[in-house]
Amino acid sequence: MKLLTTLLTGSALVAAGSAFANDHMASDMTLVSWGGAYQTSQQKAYTEPYMAANEGVSVTWDESSNEAVSKLRAMNEAGNVTWDLVDVEGPDSQRLCDEGLAMEIDFDDVLAQGDDGSDVEDDFGPTLINDCFIPQIVFSTTFGYRTDVEEWDGRTPTSLCDVFDLENFPGKRALEKRPKKNLEWALLCDGVAQEDLYDVLETPEGLEQSLAKLDTIKDETIWWSSGADTPQLLADGEIVIGSAYNGRLFSVIEEQSQPVAMLWDWQVFDFDGWVIPADLPDDRLARVLDFVKYATDTQRLADQAAYISYGPARASSQPLVSTHAELGIEMAPHMPTNPANQKNFLVNNIEWWADNQDDVEARFQAWLAK
Amino acid sequence: MSDATETGRVLSADGTPLKKSLNRALRVQKMRALALIAPLLIFVLVTFIAPIADMLFRSVENQIVSDTLPRTVAALKDWDPESGEVPDEQVFDALYKDMFVAQEQKIHTRVGSRLNYENVGMSSLFRKSGRAVEKMGDLYVDQFEDLNDAWGEETTWVALMASPAYAQAATGWLAEQDAAKKAGQAFTKAPPAFEPAPGIGDLLPQTAEAFGQFADFMRTEEEETALDDEPWTLVYTALYNDLTAASEAGIAAYSGPQADLLKEAKAAVATFESASRKAQFLEADEDWGDVGVWQTIRVYAPRYTPGYFLNAVDKQLGPDGITDQPENQQIYIMLFKRTLFMSMVITVSCILLGYPVAWLLANLRMRTANLLMILVLLPFWTSLLVRTSAWKVMLQQQGVINDVLVWLGLVDDANRLIMINNQFGTIVAMTHILLPFMILPLYSVMQTINPSYLRAAKSLGATNWTAFWRVYFPQSVPGIGAGSILVFILAIGYYITPEIVGGTTGTFISNRIAYHISSSLNWGLAAALGAILLAAVLILYWAYDRIVGIDNVKLGG
Repeated sequence: MKLLTTLLTGSALVAAGSAFANDHMASDMTLVSWGGAYQTSQQKAYTEPYMAANEGVSVTWDESSNEAVSKLRAMNEAGNVTWDLVDVEGPDSQRLCDEGLAMEIDFDDVLAQGDDGSDVEDDFGPTLINDCFIPQIVFSTTFGYRTDVEEWDGRTPTSLCDVFDLENFPGKRALEKRPKKNLEWALLCDGVAQEDLYDVLETPEGLEQSLAKLDTIKDETIWWSSGADTPQLLADGEIVIGSAYNGRLFSVIEEQSQPVAMLWDWQVFDFDGWVIPADLPDDRLARVLDFVKYATDTQRLADQAAYISYGPARASSQPLVSTHAELGIEMAPHMPTNPANQKNFLVNNIEWWADNQDDVEARFQAWLAK
Repeated sequence: MSDATETGRVLSADGTPLKKSLNRALRVQKMRALALIAPLLIFVLVTFIAPIADMLFRSVENQIVSDTLPRTVAALKDWDPESGEVPDEQVFDALYKDMFVAQEQKIHTRVGSRLNYENVGMSSLFRKSGRAVEKMGDLYVDQFEDLNDAWGEETTWVALMASPAYAQAATGWLAEQDAAKKAGQAFTKAPPAFEPAPGIGDLLPQTAEAFGQFADFMRTEEEETALDDEPWTLVYTALYNDLTAASEAGIAAYSGPQADLLKEAKAAVATFESASRKAQFLEADEDWGDVGVWQTIRVYAPRYTPGYFLNAVDKQLGPDGITDQPENQQIYIMLFKRTLFMSMVITVSCILLGYPVAWLLANLRMRTANLLMILVLLPFWTSLLVRTSAWKVMLQQQGVINDVLVWLGLVDDANRLIMINNQFGTIVAMTHILLPFMILPLYSVMQTINPSYLRAAKSLGATNWTAFWRVYFPQSVPGIGAGSILVFILAIGYYITPEIVGGTTGTFISNRIAYHISSSLNWGLAAALGAILLAAVLILYWAYDRIVGIDNVKLGG
């Protein structure tokens, strides 16, 4: 009956279908992301076209992804989850999934098939890291440095360990205010081989060794907590070298033409994606599932790469990645997955970090406060 | 007055004693006054006092351990921590049951996080074991199912373990659900509550308990019945334990449903392959062989703990009583000292900068004073974040101040001053932000000082300085007192500004509180730190009252 009335009002068949579906769907969503250039790319590639296709849907953005785990825990404790979809890194999704704070997902059911007809599981491949995580992008954390530092006498950093070399590359550094990645980098530059990395880090002595290496540059380091900090500090000339997400650095270098260059050595790959908080009310869940299916299809994931230099999580999206939406430059050389950029790299050890984050974080924060 | 009667009591116009009628009138007035402030009173109680009390209560609350691991906590009572030996099989069996239920409910990681505050490493221990514990019973599941396929059927279990009434209700509920699904209707009826079969608890105590928990879990968490899924592997393990322990005769005497199946199983369990729970846990993570882990669980089993308060003063509660934290983790006392010291520096800077400004405000002509007043208040009306970020722009190495100094040639370009991300940055930014809180009380006190006193002093031969110091200054002390209390108490609890401009050396204890509230989620420790901070402020206030006298504090004319 409802369908018939809708048809009679003259809407197209497609619109009628979605109007029927809209009956039991909430009309607004709260999405949580990281802010900055990354969130803008999500708005341009996902939410704007989605809102254009679904009239009356509104989206609220919350830039709290770096505190997603703790905030979701707090919301869960308070019994009032106000978020509908949360953008998190792989390890955080593992923790949320383990703690029952994120919804487990039947991928074949919830996600769309690849445009080339491939299965969901095949298309996403290794990026499907656990039962809760809906992958969007492959990104890396790497270093950017100023190209105009006089004290460097024309030397340019070529290796990760130049970050720890205050003699040849003096100046302030920026590192993330979290142990993850910093500890691995410190050990790599302290002579630990890649294959022994987590075995060493798991022992108390290994952790102390890593912190001791970081101690050598602690006085020269500014600790960032928001992804936008390092690009800002680099552009201001407050730091000479700092770790950041590769897409943010791309934006500083190419879009804002700052005298900054990339140091890809030992970049750390990571996956970023959505999780749906557990136990959402039915109407909100229906809306979120509808959005997720749309926003993670082949075309949408490829579209995002036109705004920021992160690799799409679907194999079927890769051939569709072309040029930057505004600058018109070829995106492929700026992707972390470009062979020239990945001579040395780590892949974020999600299981290890999910297990050890609490332990290591406590020690790291105490070290930081000292 | 003609109402005064022979009884000697004063009566009001209507004949009631005056005292009574006055009381009544006053009572009405009091009630009215109370009703007027009631909204505020209730508002303050509900939104301020109650949450603070609740938060402070968390500093001693420790229910999570005994709620999540009830059997383990009970079993550990008999264990001697001094023995230096890992607890026996019985404790591991209790741990297995607790962990199994906890990981199904996905709460095992929370107790792990809680214990991790006391013994770093326990969070990962609980996470890893949570993954392993589900597989520990597979051995028994396989053997029971090899023995007879019926053990893999949900209906077998429900017939054996549940009362006939439950079995019937569950079947009915499933049928209704199917019917609703076919008709395309929403189905919202709650699944039936579980009831154990009569007598099964005596025959198979562990199995009955485990199955009961399974059925309750299915009902409350999955909103399904025990007929919807095979029982947990925990139930099979419990059945093995029960059958091994049960007497031949007891099983033979059983005549309820599935009696034959049970008898067959009883005959077979003797030949079953079994596994030690202890060995399984040690295989999952060797840390279970660490006595320290067990001591931590035992020490933190009580429902209330002084542990958080001890942590907040760099101590910890261990099996040997109270000890110091390892040296590299002692940060809170240092942070408390730093907070108090820097707040004092900020207060003194505010007095030094605010006193002349307040004097000018009080002594200039009205028009000029008003203009100055607006200049004082203007930053007051600007957002705190904007002001703090502005200081960032001013103070940073490539910032305005450094640029000017370099341009003037006072500072070498290569050695720009470091004025931010350290204590200096925090002091400068916070002095600026808190200055109005010093100037306003000073100003209002100075306004009331009669200028003729100064003239009188001078006419009696005092120098300018003596007149100021002996006559004017003492009268302005109440203003300094009020301003100092305001600035100091505000400073001690500040956290946004130190977070933005303080780096790692310029942060306050409140930054740690915020970190524990929003990042590490160690709310107990945050509450303990907050309680100590509150106590410190109250003690300082009391000391101030004793030394200066709170009556000498004036906020206004």
